[in-house]
Amino acid sequence: MKFALFLGCTIPARSRQYEMSARKVADKLGILLEDVPGFGCCGFPLKSVDPEKTTLLAAWNLSLAEEKGLPVMTLCSACSSNLAEENHRLKHDDRLRRRINEKLARVGKEFRGTTEVKHILRVIHQDLGLEKITQAVKIPLTGLKVASHYGCHYLKPSELYDKFDDPENPRSLDQIVAAIGATPVNYERVKQCCGGAVLVSDEATALGLTKDKLDAVKASGAEAMTLVCPFCNVMYDNNQKSIETRFASEYGLPVFYMTQLMGLAMGVSSKDLGMNLNSVKTKELIARFSAEDEDDEKKEKKKVRKDKPGPPLQPLIK
Amino acid sequence: MEEKREPVDLARSDFNFANQVAQTEGGQQISRCFACGTCSASCPVRRINDKYNPRRIIRQVLLGLKEEVLKSGFVWLCSACYSCQERCPQGVKITDIMTALKNMAASSNCVPDGVLAQMELIKKQGKVYAIDEFDNKKRIKAGLPPLPEEIDEIAQLLSVP
Ligand code: SF4
Ligand code: SF4
Ligand code: SF4
Ligand code: SF4
Repeated sequence: MKFALFLGCTIPARSRQYEMSARKVADKLGILLEDVPGFGCCGFPLKSVDPEKTTLLAAWNLSLAEEKGLPVMTLCSACSSNLAEENHRLKHDDRLRRRINEKLARVGKEFRGTTEVKHILRVIHQDLGLEKITQAVKIPLTGLKVASHYGCHYLKPSELYDKFDDPENPRSLDQIVAAIGATPVNYERVKQCCGGAVLVSDEATALGLTKDKLDAVKASGAEAMTLVCPFCNVMYDNNQKSIETRFASEYGLPVFYMTQLMGLAMGVSSKDLGMNLNSVKTKELIARFSAEDEDDEKKEKKKVRKDKPGPPLQPLIK
Repeated sequence: MEEKREPVDLARSDFNFANQVAQTEGGQQISRCFACGTCSASCPVRRINDKYNPRRIIRQVLLGLKEEVLKSGFVWLCSACYSCQERCPQGVKITDIMTALKNMAASSNCVPDGVLAQMELIKKQGKVYAIDEFDNKKRIKAGLPPLPEEIDEIAQLLSVP
């Protein structure tokens, strides 16, 4: 199974922990990824102002994947929905395709309609299957109570995603949480949007939406939240502190990319999963499952060579 | 949530507006709206900010209240989450219509500055966040492949109107 890895703009610059963990997990699961240096923005931010340029930008990216003869794997949910939507539109609207191809010809490219677009978690859940995940687990995250945030564009528009999961009753992420040995936690307003998309137009509404869900997750007794989109991550992880200040609330809720939790369960070190890049501290929680000993970071600073074998790969909590 | 009934000043209405919207992609079904309110009840933004009301926006379009819809700024509150569109019993593509309305608002210069700023960045550097030397150093340190700092072809593609 091989894909062209589409990173988009936000992940490689602002959310490297997602990219790091995604590559590790793909590797563990035997998914081959090819980097395409010409991949740029997917076009999503232009959609509300200039739909033609959105299509053009998507077509550019898709044409590069077509040249490689590869399907596209996205990490960002917004990239997923935008590329999938534009791909669909370009495949089915002959006039649009001709018009776009005239423009692409100026840079020597052509959209032919031979590729498809899938989010990494969809690939893992649907194409690989839960059993493959379970087989790759070395340290089951036993006892860890995790609330999944699906976000909107991972599931919708559902007709573009062949309804791989039910947007009214999504299960895929909870099933993956269970497959890595953790406990999926249900909470009120599971389906609610993070609000990220309205941050530019109305900060109070956007943060209000985020807070609303953080309250619900906290009330459910979950110890951590997991998600699959860098925009959602900005809202729940990066903005958690300012939401606490703004609304005089307290969460202290670690937020992980799903691939970080999967990687942890597959025995990847927290350093290689970029855990130190998460805004809300994850260390205590991870220490329950991590194969490394706690002073790892300090040791490294003192340049102590780690040539002794580490502690056995076992969960601390049974 | 009970809505206030507002008087509609039909003198201000532009009946061509509904047609215009109906001709956009996804806009075709708009006239099938029977005002059931499922969209507003499903809207997460409305939960937090009750000034925002997708059903009302659809009604306003059908009544031709173009100025109000495009200039009030409400359409920019839509997060494009598709909750309404997935549920509308009449198959109205509400999210797509909101996007079309944002496009129309943008053509008449009613667009949040942040949105325009992002557009300029993409035109210039092919991405919202450019990768610089510093980023690439951090990427390499993290075991990630370095990425090009700018993508000229994108700038070239987007520079032509
Ligand atoms: S969704 Fe955003 S981050 Fe992802 S590529 Fe598109 S513009 Fe960039
Ligand atoms: S939850 Fe927010 S960022 Fe995440 S997909 Fe929905 S709108 Fe996008
Ligand atoms: S859900 Fe559909 S039919 Fe009902 S009010 Fe909204 S747009 Fe109209
Ligand atoms: S797509 Fe827009 S109008 Fe529809 S539910 Fe989401 S935020 Fe509300």
